[in-house]
Amino acid sequence: MYVARLSATDFRSYAQVDLDFDPGVTALVGPNGQGKTNLVEAIGYLATLASHRVAHDAPLVREGAERAVVRGVVVQDGRETLLEVEVTPGRANRARRGGAALPKARDLLGTLRTVLFAPEDLAIVKGDPSGRRDFLDDLLVARAPRYAAVRSDYDRVLRQRNALLKSAGSARRAGAQLRTLDVWDAHLATAGAALLAGRHELVEALHPLVDKSYAAVSRGGGPTAMEYSSSVAPEIAGSTDRELLEAALSAAVAASRDKELDRGLTLVGPHRDDLVLSIGGLPARGYASHGESWSLALALRLAAYDLLRADGGEPVLILDDVFAELDAARRESLADLVAPAEQVLITAAVASDVPEQLVGARYDVAAGQVRRVR
Amino acid sequence: MYEGPVQDLIDELGRLPGVGPKSAQRIAFHLLAADPADVRRLVTALTEVKDKVRFCTICGNVAEEEQCRVCRDPRRDLAVICVVEEPKDVVAIERTREFRGRYHVLGGAISPIEGVGPDDLRIRELMTRLADGTVTELILATDPNLEGEATATYIARLVKEMDLKVTRLASGLPVGGDLEYADEVTLGRAFEGRRAYS
Repeated sequence: MYVARLSATDFRSYAQVDLDFDPGVTALVGPNGQGKTNLVEAIGYLATLASHRVAHDAPLVREGAERAVVRGVVVQDGRETLLEVEVTPGRANRARRGGAALPKARDLLGTLRTVLFAPEDLAIVKGDPSGRRDFLDDLLVARAPRYAAVRSDYDRVLRQRNALLKSAGSARRAGAQLRTLDVWDAHLATAGAALLAGRHELVEALHPLVDKSYAAVSRGGGPTAMEYSSSVAPEIAGSTDRELLEAALSAAVAASRDKELDRGLTLVGPHRDDLVLSIGGLPARGYASHGESWSLALALRLAAYDLLRADGGEPVLILDDVFAELDAARRESLADLVAPAEQVLITAAVASDVPEQLVGARYDVAAGQVRRVR
Repeated sequence: MYEGPVQDLIDELGRLPGVGPKSAQRIAFHLLAADPADVRRLVTALTEVKDKVRFCTICGNVAEEEQCRVCRDPRRDLAVICVVEEPKDVVAIERTREFRGRYHVLGGAISPIEGVGPDDLRIRELMTRLADGTVTELILATDPNLEGEATATYIARLVKEMDLKVTRLASGLPVGGDLEYADEVTLGRAFEGRRAYS
């Protein structure tokens, strides 16, 4: 699939911007702070209903405007689909597909699929477990949009349960509050089991692809390992049996109840898990060099791309300012690997950052003005 | 900002659910331009709703007298109670004309985030109603969202030991809709709750 047109209103720095894209490579070139990333961020938003840069929607709306609107035309197998999202901070987004309003913005997910590489990706390897969990969950949703509901259900149960633990812990109305804890435990186990099953399955499918991509990016490096490390119980490793997972999660929650009441927090469950990445037998976090970490971060994104492509419907590749971060060898490897993709959108501060294999259409972006130069 | 009373009105209207600042402003100016008699009728309706409307002593539904219309109706089946969150749910179910039992309005759903626990809902009153054994079936018709499900589960567990048939409203496909347009969660639920053709 490819994005044929992007139009954004009151999005970030743009009052109005309209761009046409062709399949193949398109580079958006311009100095920092001129609005290149805003454009690919808008495309990413159509695919994921979230920004890769900020957790909340408020910064996406242009200063002084009430809402932002992003529209895109996606072409798959020769068929054009118009996607529209209206972003109003503090309210539910509204989305339309092909001109028809969708009951929930979430229903838009899955129409446009993107894989986005950004400098922030290094944090997947080097940063906190939350970055790795988000990487897995985002990919789960991209593969099967129903996971958006699974994920938000789990988050909601978790927030309700934590609120209950906190107020019960302060013992003000402990008796009444505690009686409902069992109910939330059961819901946590059900929602958590669904999420765990999805993550386990995903890690299983992803690992061979990560290993292959890592070898390609690092030119023969590796081997890599990916191990999903669960806070629930070691016995359930890799299981996709929801009943088993639910039982294990129930047992783990019951066992840690006293500690949870003390802390006012849910201490076991998918929200406390990690994905342990290693290279050549050593954990990447803490041991891998800067270059190796980058190779692994790229390999994770490339594996995501391979996986989505294998599911059908080639995703759009977005490379946001990544080439400047890479050394010459990795830059070349990455360029070779992404060049055959149906559509690649690149942002770069200077044109020379874009490797030769990826020379294609080019837009110059300066002071919020976008001009096609090639 | 507008002059005193107008701004006060806009602020008050803006506190109503579903009314944003723009709508509040629109309604305020509509009222300002409206016929005084119309406004007075609205004022009367507002005062009466606070003065006259009470909550049914049996089921907790809104009522004009001690008991609501449903609880006063001798034709209603005393053996079945349908548990709902809000009075508006009663209206919705009454519209179906399918249900001949009586209701129990909880006044919300369990939601620790909002500080609502079982003691804030009319669950104790429900238990009192169930105590004498006239009721043989309890239908849990709380909303099909997380909080509604949690409330239903909680009540179901409370009454587990009683000799009572406990049912939950089915969730699934909307009537008159197309299968292909159903979202995956709904469709998944409909699959789980499928039943045999008999």
